[in-house]
Amino acid sequence: MDLFLDVLVAVLLILGCLMSLIAGIGLLTFPDMLTRMHAATKPQVLGFLLIFAGLAIHLRSWTVIPVLVLAWAMQLLTAPVSAHMIGRAGYRTKHAAKETLYSDELRQVVEKVSSAPHTGTVPEIDPQETGPDAK
Amino acid sequence: MIEVVVWICGSLLGLGAIACLVRVAKGPSILDRVLALDVMLLIISAALCLEMALNRHTDYVLFVVAACTIGFIGSVTVSRYVSDQRNA
Repeated sequence: MDLFLDVLVAVLLILGCLMSLIAGIGLLTFPDMLTRMHAATKPQVLGFLLIFAGLAIHLRSWTVIPVLVLAWAMQLLTAPVSAHMIGRAGYRTKHAAKETLYSDELRQVVEKVSSAPHTGTVPEIDPQETGPDAK
Repeated sequence: MIEVVVWICGSLLGLGAIACLVRVAKGPSILDRVLALDVMLLIISAALCLEMALNRHTDYVLFVVAACTIGFIGSVTVSRYVSDQRNA
């Protein structure tokens, strides 16, 4: 049983650290910011889950598990916030390469909102227009 | 057994950290750098977890929690200022 747990710990820790390496390779090789954002989220959720599970099993302790669950839950809550803010900032500036996108559903919304008179309300968007096939 | 595992994991984390540092140096935009530094913080937290596993203690667990909790503030703050750059 001890050997089995040790092997499990080894597999979990190595897979978790592999996620960090994958994120580094993705950050280095992907062509633009939006694809790099995709790579950067790999160690945040799955990598930390694996590493925390490996650590808790290796320490053979129940007391550390609530703290690690708290850390992981915080990661789950904060990762979307920072990703949203970075993506938003990239979309609003020139940093996100928009010409490489296959479909840009936000563009029509932005155009409608910016061309509409300033009434304080968001104009109606026809969902048919914003689909991936819309031109 | 755990020594070998920590050596392997340390190498993986180190290579990931080097890749992140190269991306921080190359840019091209500040958002890429912030993204890479975010991953660097995660790698540091993972390294602390490895150290706790190697020496069988839980001294650094609070730092890991703190890094996970407030680590996003940096990227949110920087992105906020980048958005305002458009009107400048």
